[in-house]
Amino acid sequence: MAYQFDFAPVLAQADLLLKGALFTLQLTVVGTVLGLAIGVLGAVVRAWRLQPFSAVFGAYVELIRNTPFLVQLFFIFFGLPALGVRLSEWEAAVLAMVINLGAYSTEIIRAGIMAIPKGQLEAAAALAMSRFEAFRHVILRPALAKVWPALSSQIVIVMLGSAVCSQIATEELSFAANFIQSRNFRAFETYLLTTVLYLLMAIGVRQLLAWLGQRWLMGRR
Amino acid sequence: MDFTLWDIVRNLLAGLQWTLLLSLVAFVCGGVAGLLLLLARISDNPYLRGLARGYIELFQGTPLLMQLFMVFFGIALFGIDVSAWMAAAIALTLFTSAFLAEIWRGCVESIGRGQWEASGSLALSRLEQLRYVILPQAMRIAIAPTVGFSVQVVKGTAVTSIIGFTELTKTGGMLANATFEPFLTYGLVAVGYFILCYPLSLSARYLERRLHAPA
Amino acid sequence: MPLLRVSALHKYYGDNHVLKGVDLSIEEGEVVAIIGRSGSGKSTLLRTLNGLESISDGVIEVDGEYLDAARADLRSLRQKVGMVFQQFNLFPHLSVGENVMLAPQVVKKTSKGEARQLAEQMLARVGLGEKFNAYPDQLSGGQQQRVAIARALAMSPKVLLCDEITSALDPELVTEVLGVVRQLAKEGMTLIMVTHEMRFAREVGDKLVFMHQGKVHEVGNPREVFAAPQTAELANFIGAVAQAS
Repeated sequence: MAYQFDFAPVLAQADLLLKGALFTLQLTVVGTVLGLAIGVLGAVVRAWRLQPFSAVFGAYVELIRNTPFLVQLFFIFFGLPALGVRLSEWEAAVLAMVINLGAYSTEIIRAGIMAIPKGQLEAAAALAMSRFEAFRHVILRPALAKVWPALSSQIVIVMLGSAVCSQIATEELSFAANFIQSRNFRAFETYLLTTVLYLLMAIGVRQLLAWLGQRWLMGRR
Repeated sequence: MDFTLWDIVRNLLAGLQWTLLLSLVAFVCGGVAGLLLLLARISDNPYLRGLARGYIELFQGTPLLMQLFMVFFGIALFGIDVSAWMAAAIALTLFTSAFLAEIWRGCVESIGRGQWEASGSLALSRLEQLRYVILPQAMRIAIAPTVGFSVQVVKGTAVTSIIGFTELTKTGGMLANATFEPFLTYGLVAVGYFILCYPLSLSARYLERRLHAPA
Repeated sequence: MPLLRVSALHKYYGDNHVLKGVDLSIEEGEVVAIIGRSGSGKSTLLRTLNGLESISDGVIEVDGEYLDAARADLRSLRQKVGMVFQQFNLFPHLSVGENVMLAPQVVKKTSKGEARQLAEQMLARVGLGEKFNAYPDQLSGGQQQRVAIARALAMSPKVLLCDEITSALDPELVTEVLGVVRQLAKEGMTLIMVTHEMRFAREVGDKLVFMHQGKVHEVGNPREVFAAPQTAELANFIGAVAQAS
């Protein structure tokens, strides 16, 4: 092959890549915390069929799961200003991630709640706990523990999906890659290194989530 | 130039055709490649197994956008001029094959050891065991999650707009710029995807329920 | 005045008339065994007593708490009526001690220190003081059921309901659980148990309730009733059980 690989111009900009990677991780952390909060709320509303909220959440889940993240992002960033909602690039990115993860985690956590044996609720009820107390102390942790692997995968998918946020100029990792390759014309090398960086982040986040799950959900404290 | 609502819808429908076509190509080619990958993933050759594992890990652990860029700029290194359409089809095929292989591996592994042992004791070769005993059973379980994953493929095609493939999202972007109606246009784009994906989601759920219903 | 009184209790599941006018009254300190064939309504009756099953008609009164088809203060009723289940239903994510501490802390707002002390006492009472930090899946079935009893006792109930609490246990583990129940009876706890352990019912029970087709068919002192059943149905039932064992 005649092509000579040259990674030096990319490595010279490593600080930009790392800054982008850090921002991607920050977006992911905020997106995960808020997204899971929506997921828990939505799962309870769906599992207990609290109308009309259950129907609203049902529609929300279907809408989000059946449209691309990129379109959701464009709708939020370019479409919402028509309603007077003008968000900055990172706000739009976080909002899109939260909405997206919220929908998926609603379904995942709901499945976890449904998988808790009925006897657990009955035992809590027989101990005079209210439905809410039973949920908080008896149902939530085992339900999350059951579906934690699925939730972890979804969090990684959302993080990787956030690469398209470069399209609204959110300055995350793929934005940094675009910027670097537009200046050094070493597109392949730039994207190769970026891809490797994403892969390492995916592996790292997966490990971290597995550790957190072990510690907080399955842990014997 | 003024656009009527019908002009917008008409153009979006043209883009939607390409989304549909790309989805079909990626799903069919990805399915074939995924089957080969599955065979490698569950083969008794450890190198083949490791290679398949690495491939799957790579495509499940990196953004589809980066995969797209790698294919687009990677092929260009060979001096081959690659169209956005080709790059999109190749990248999505690779992406799809990795996910399908992993889904199907789960289905194969859910078939109990006893089936392998029983068919092995009847002197079937490993390939014969797969062909006559394991895969027919695994296929029944695999249908629902496979249909479910097709939704991810359709949605994944949206990312190809970024390398300039004029499918539904790209068409929507151009219309949004031309009409100054981004709210309406992206709303309609979302509706377009929903119309493609929702029936697939519903069928996946129906198949899932039928599988678990008592026969 | 009885501690617990059930009057004209009816329960429907759709068209299925499960309880057809049950009347029952139980004094403080009494040990009551409810027996009957499966489908006779005995478990349903027990589950109505702490509101796990709603009732269609009639009244339940427990120590001043009043429950009918229209109104129920389940939270205060359940603080007076504890329950132990056939399947133990311990909380798997909590240690044995935390299982016992949870309801006093959450429902009665007991401080953590006091709840801990209480849990230690209750676990000692069922002979599992040393298992405070173990997790349910590390215990035998018999031990798990004893923890479930301690968990119910920690709420200081006026009445303890036992729903076939030895049915899910291996035969060699039944004795240890019955031993705990026997001890509770001796200490004056009011107990209402649905059970298949006829011998235990005869030895420990003060009152035997035979349920048949959704009604209390026969009530009496266990020793007398077993010796001389007044109805053909009970005689049949006793005969069938005797043959089976």
